[in-house]
Amino acid sequence: MTNSIREIEGMEVIFVIGSNTKETHPVIANRMLKALRKGTRLIVADPRKVPLVRFSEIFLRLKPGTDVALLNGMAHIILKEGLHNDEFINERTEGFEEWKKSIDPFTPQNASKITGIPAENIIKAAKLYGGSRKAGIFYTMGVTQHTHGTDNVNAIANLALLTGNIGREHTGINPLRGQNNVQGACDAGCLPNVYPGYQRVDMPMVKKKFEDTWGVQLSGKEGLKSTEMVESAFKGKLKALYILGENPMLTDPNIEHTRKALDKLEFMVVQDIFLTETAALADVVLPAACFAEKNGTFINTERKVHLVRKAVEPPGDAKEDSWIIAELSGRIGYPMKYSSSEEISEELGSVWPALSGISYSRISAGGIHWPCPTKDHPGTEYLYKAGFPRGKVSFTPVKYVPPAEVTDNDYPFILTTGRNLFQYHGGSMTRRVAPIEKHAGEPYVEINTEDAKKAGIKDGEKIKASSRRGQIEIKARVTDRVSSGVLFIPMHYSEAAANAITTDALDPHAKTPEFKVCAVKIEKIH
Amino acid sequence: MIRLTIDNKAIEVAEGTTVLDAAKMLNIEIPTLCHHPKLTPFGGCRLCIVEVKGVPRPLTSCTTPVSEGMEVATSTPALEDLRKTLLELILSDHPNDCMICEKAGDCTLQELAYFYGIRENRFEGERRIYEKKDGNPFIERDMGKCILCGRCVKVCDEIQGVGAIDFAYRGFKSKICPTFEKDLDCEFCGQCVAVCPTGALTGKMWQLRGRQKDINAIDTTCSYCGTGCNITLHVRNNKVVRVTSKENTWNEGWLCVKGRFGYSFINSPDRLKKPLIRIAPKESIKGSKGQSLKNSDTLTLGRSDTCDFSAIFREASWDEALDYIAAKLKEIKERSGADSIAGLSSARCTTEENYLFQKFIRAAVGTNNVDHCARL
Repeated sequence: MTNSIREIEGMEVIFVIGSNTKETHPVIANRMLKALRKGTRLIVADPRKVPLVRFSEIFLRLKPGTDVALLNGMAHIILKEGLHNDEFINERTEGFEEWKKSIDPFTPQNASKITGIPAENIIKAAKLYGGSRKAGIFYTMGVTQHTHGTDNVNAIANLALLTGNIGREHTGINPLRGQNNVQGACDAGCLPNVYPGYQRVDMPMVKKKFEDTWGVQLSGKEGLKSTEMVESAFKGKLKALYILGENPMLTDPNIEHTRKALDKLEFMVVQDIFLTETAALADVVLPAACFAEKNGTFINTERKVHLVRKAVEPPGDAKEDSWIIAELSGRIGYPMKYSSSEEISEELGSVWPALSGISYSRISAGGIHWPCPTKDHPGTEYLYKAGFPRGKVSFTPVKYVPPAEVTDNDYPFILTTGRNLFQYHGGSMTRRVAPIEKHAGEPYVEINTEDAKKAGIKDGEKIKASSRRGQIEIKARVTDRVSSGVLFIPMHYSEAAANAITTDALDPHAKTPEFKVCAVKIEKIH
Repeated sequence: MIRLTIDNKAIEVAEGTTVLDAAKMLNIEIPTLCHHPKLTPFGGCRLCIVEVKGVPRPLTSCTTPVSEGMEVATSTPALEDLRKTLLELILSDHPNDCMICEKAGDCTLQELAYFYGIRENRFEGERRIYEKKDGNPFIERDMGKCILCGRCVKVCDEIQGVGAIDFAYRGFKSKICPTFEKDLDCEFCGQCVAVCPTGALTGKMWQLRGRQKDINAIDTTCSYCGTGCNITLHVRNNKVVRVTSKENTWNEGWLCVKGRFGYSFINSPDRLKKPLIRIAPKESIKGSKGQSLKNSDTLTLGRSDTCDFSAIFREASWDEALDYIAAKLKEIKERSGADSIAGLSSARCTTEENYLFQKFIRAAVGTNNVDHCARL
């Protein structure tokens, strides 16, 4: 997030696109409701009538995968209505004129035709967002999990640049992080192209700095992204994989393919708190401590570093991940010696100035937002106050490209996947919580009332859902949450895993799978 | 700014401030039951009554805005007498069972009865009887203990935007219930449990797991989504038995169903307790009844009660497991190069562990093949 969660309260307009905030980030949704009570106006764009829609002034029900057309369509109207921010565009951006030309084809009529949203609603939303100078955009995987996810994000950035809705209090671009410490994992350098603090591995100066700090020769070659690791294993190039607390056998697309790929590995180690679907395929399984059993920090979606404190001892011989990693490292000839997690945190702060000013004692009563370069720096609630790090930022022309797999006569429905309120991601934790399991323990597919009627499917009836990659049997939940032609399956349930049928088509830049669109068919079970 | 005096102490506050909030600024304590600082004032319990010079009858301080020159008295014999009577009336229809109540020691009503020395009750009489047990799996609704303060109704509407419950009926028959008195079926955020001043609303999961005095409370950060809510783990005998969140933290004490109720996985019997080394080929995963498990049978897989994995893995010591991994990694690196090895880190682990993991992959193994689930 470029803003902090606190700033939500001061926004004039909130534009939520591809985020089921009320179910997946409920406490952030609470903050939005608080703002709405003070007069903030809400736009929600989503293929499903998600719970937040009830609070919105404008609901843009777009066809899955048509985000670029909607966002460019809004930009078209903002330009036509003269709502753009000339001062901001001149001072802080470049490439405006060229980008402007790329927007020409996205008339409200064209945008409406592609997205299925009535043109007047796109116009209303554009005027509302474009007419405000204190507007925040919020998005999650509904924007990124597409073969054109990077394009979607660029189209969002263009909209913010066009209106100057970034770099000030109460306005910005806010991707909501889906896991407790995705931000921290990225910041700490668990990415194949950058060292900690987003410092590129292929820049000799940076590499030298880390070689000096770590006292060893490093590789300057960019590594494999997670989805590429699976492909590389499938091709037999990748021989060994060490997995820490992840369950690709449920959360990666096209499970059957993932399984074949992991089976081809010569050696796989899984370190987890449960014997997950992935751990069951491992050569060695290591028992780890969970969040309540260790000290450290989580960095949340607003870049705020929070303390994690040990409350109980891990069960049996289970050990903290840091102990396991350090032990293993010593045994392959690179000893690591740390006396506490804070010492590790200090080392991270020494290689990345954004965290240099943060110490455990400073955050013991409440978190601090990075960048926080010095011990007396208060932290940074919103980014780009003093301008963008590389001076001017560019508008990026974005074309509308349909999803990798479109519907046809054989597979006439669009399947989109995600989370529900009660379960969490791969479910290894929440599915072991009895009341949650009792209340929301059964997989289901959301199907539109009209579609169900046409197919003769009743609410609660078990049906077959299949794609070109696999099939599952699953209970139908007949609802108008999804529009006609669209199905939704929550990802949590391994016994009817949505990812048995999703596509492994990837965004060419981010290598994020297109979980939000694939073509499926449904059949009654006789 | 408005100037007034409370108990002869002068104070200047912003227009629109309530007398209750102004008194708080002066550290003057006024008893309340229905008032909650994060909810709109209600004036239902009448305990916060004060005397204002020139006004013939007491006013509820939580709903009365300050005015210029106001002279307020918060504690007079007449007021205390009224308060005691009010409490007696509330308690006359309240089960006198603090000794078995989950909330004992942490209950506003119990606290007030203690301060006002109420043991016997002048108003013994008819009691409301609630036979219906709410069948929802999360929230115990013991309506016999409800004092109709309305905090739960307000929090559900004003904070959560759900409106799952409301007042129904009138007078002595008044009660708070879901639509048509059905079982509660809502988002189960438990905000209502957090604001309930009595034992009417508690978590079913923490029944008989120990009361407040036995508990060691540890502040930490929620491990579910990326919001990073403050949570307090209540620990008894090395077990997390309850989760709450403090009101004065950035998430204002609000949590969701996962944060508040989704903690029992910590003590799950399925937790891995020993390093495991594979002894059987990957295809031969069997259920406890010896049946072959399909890949999709994962609910059974990894569940200690239904799946016996002793035929697939054997337990090992840390030394054996780690030496084995180190030997394999060294051998593969020598044979196929460092780039034939990769590490997938976890967004569920701490920042420090993630830092160590990428350092391990980069510095110890020698490749940049490290990523995590940000894309999934």
